Amino acid sequence: MQTLLNIGIDGIAYGMVLFVIAVGLSVTLGLMRFVNLSHGAFAMIGGYAAALLTREAHWNFWLALPVAVLGTALIGALLEALVLRHLYKRSELEQVLFTIGLAFFLIALTNALAGPQVQLITLPPLLAQSVDLGFRTLPAQRLLVIAAGLLVAAGAAWTMARTRFGIWLRAAVDHADTASTLGIPIRTVQCASFAVGAALAGLGGVLGAELMPLEPYYALKYLVLVLVVVAVGGMGSIMGSLVAALSLGTIETASKYLASEWGSLFFFVAMAAMLALRPHGLLKR
Amino acid sequence: MHRFARQWSAAASALLLAASFSASTEAQTIKVGIVGPFSGPFAQYGTLFKNGAEAYVASQGGKLAGKEIEFIYRDTGGPNPGQTKTIVQELIVKDKVDYLGGFVFTPNAFAVAPLIQQSQTPTVIFNAATSAITDKSEFFIRTSYTLWQVTVPMAQWAAKSNLKKVVTAVTDYGPGIDAETAFKSEFTKQGGTVVESIRMPISTTDFSPFVQRIKASGAQAVYTFLPGGPPNLGFVKAYNENGLAKSGIQFLGTAETDEFDLQKFGDAAIGLTTAFHYSAAHESPANKKFIEALKKRDPNAVANYASVGAWDGMFVIHKMIEATGGQRDGLKALVAARALQWESPRGPVRIDAKTRHIVQNVYLRKVEKVGGALVNKEVQNFGPQIDYGLDK
Repeated sequence: MQTLLNIGIDGIAYGMVLFVIAVGLSVTLGLMRFVNLSHGAFAMIGGYAAALLTREAHWNFWLALPVAVLGTALIGALLEALVLRHLYKRSELEQVLFTIGLAFFLIALTNALAGPQVQLITLPPLLAQSVDLGFRTLPAQRLLVIAAGLLVAAGAAWTMARTRFGIWLRAAVDHADTASTLGIPIRTVQCASFAVGAALAGLGGVLGAELMPLEPYYALKYLVLVLVVVAVGGMGSIMGSLVAALSLGTIETASKYLASEWGSLFFFVAMAAMLALRPHGLLKR
Repeated sequence: MHRFARQWSAAASALLLAASFSASTEAQTIKVGIVGPFSGPFAQYGTLFKNGAEAYVASQGGKLAGKEIEFIYRDTGGPNPGQTKTIVQELIVKDKVDYLGGFVFTPNAFAVAPLIQQSQTPTVIFNAATSAITDKSEFFIRTSYTLWQVTVPMAQWAAKSNLKKVVTAVTDYGPGIDAETAFKSEFTKQGGTVVESIRMPISTTDFSPFVQRIKASGAQAVYTFLPGGPPNLGFVKAYNENGLAKSGIQFLGTAETDEFDLQKFGDAAIGLTTAFHYSAAHESPANKKFIEALKKRDPNAVANYASVGAWDGMFVIHKMIEATGGQRDGLKALVAARALQWESPRGPVRIDAKTRHIVQNVYLRKVEKVGGALVNKEVQNFGPQIDYGLDK
């Protein structure tokens, strides 16, 4: 019973970290259909910004977090406007090659600027403590991640379904030329969406850093996990990503409690099974 | 005018060439190939080797036994036996190195054993810590440590300080399993019980499930081994956040509180117990001299097991150059190396004549805060330890 509760709690916490890191890619790859393998690099930029602001400049975490996220969004918007927009119409292979090259470039740049060491984000006392759940303790930081994950999921779903921007985005992706003739400013929509994707990546980089520590190879190290979540969740389905992240997180955690000698086997078997049964995403038929 | 200038420059370069020829025959240079990761995720080891080795030569006035030293650095990236073999072959055949040093990863060291055996090139291991390496060629000498060497005294101490039940939690790869076996065999020999042996997959990022299992195992202490960097930080974080220290489960480790990562832990690290052969806080004139020489080379240089391994490795090479008078004579150099005994920054050490592995003191340390920085404070000296892994 105790073990089951532990699996549930740690599974949700780990799944939410996966979701928060993956949700940005769900926007760029899923909604915009742009194969963005430099997603991890954007998360790294956000995380590094927060680490440097809190540790070197002694900013408050609650101030550093939005600044880091907005900074990542700005860098994302700039890159989109200058370079990446020329790739939308190119083949997927070209997108893959370009963005993976960009990731390698950013890894080398980070290594040269900040060195190979792990970067830690200084947490405020409120988050650094542990919360007593009665039968065990949980780091307070995980509660923030869980709350942030739920907020992002709800916010994204509402934006896509209910707002004019969501309609524009779906129109721009499905039929850019028609959308443009109808007077939808597709360039602005694309640029803003990519910036939002980058911002969410940055948010994931900051909030996920407790489990996935920031270092130059961050950009590639966790890319597989993130791609798995988006693929299992289904292209463009943010709720699907949430369900995928939570179920995969719980499976991975359960295997750590019950059968750790098998490594990550169950995680990837579950991925294969879900993809076989629901190739278009968990929540789509 | 133009032609005139060209003639002059040709004459000048001919002269220069002649001068450089005569210089190289008079004061011959000793070539030392340093093999390690200088790029990629493990590049910090390359930097540590470079700083340690160059600081040693600088501390001796830039020359060893009156000979100029030329370092040739070669990059292996990560664990990559095939590439390492090619690199070392090139160093031996093309660059004609007199000595080799470095090596972070065990498979890379294994791969070059036949090459150094055939060419009789003395090779000093600065880091790779699997016992069996020095068995593979009689030209290997090791100035680092092995997991058996530091784990056996740790297990003996745990048994003596009334710990009856211990759980082991190691990363599931070669050195981790080595560490688990070493601890288990010695601790049970001393009458203790290992209640559970947890092996954590190498890709683990979320350590809380394992830490919960440690808590539930009913042990009084956890013996752990993790590779440096992110896994190390993640485990210690989970250990603290899940209140293991508070519920009285002691942390027993080896290289986990290494100086390279130590400051990153923050106050959470205070009180962590480890058994290891080198602490930057070791109080001795030799260590002071070592740290000063490092800082002179690079103010950001870190004094830890890898840079001290390189420093002592260069000491061994120094003595081998002395013994052979700078001539290439691998067998004679090895005879000298086997008899070495000196005061290292880590304390008194010697090279074991049979195993060619370094015999050194192992210390029990606790992390303390001194002047705003975390240090590994040595609280007990277990005395000189051999490599128990080779002795079996």
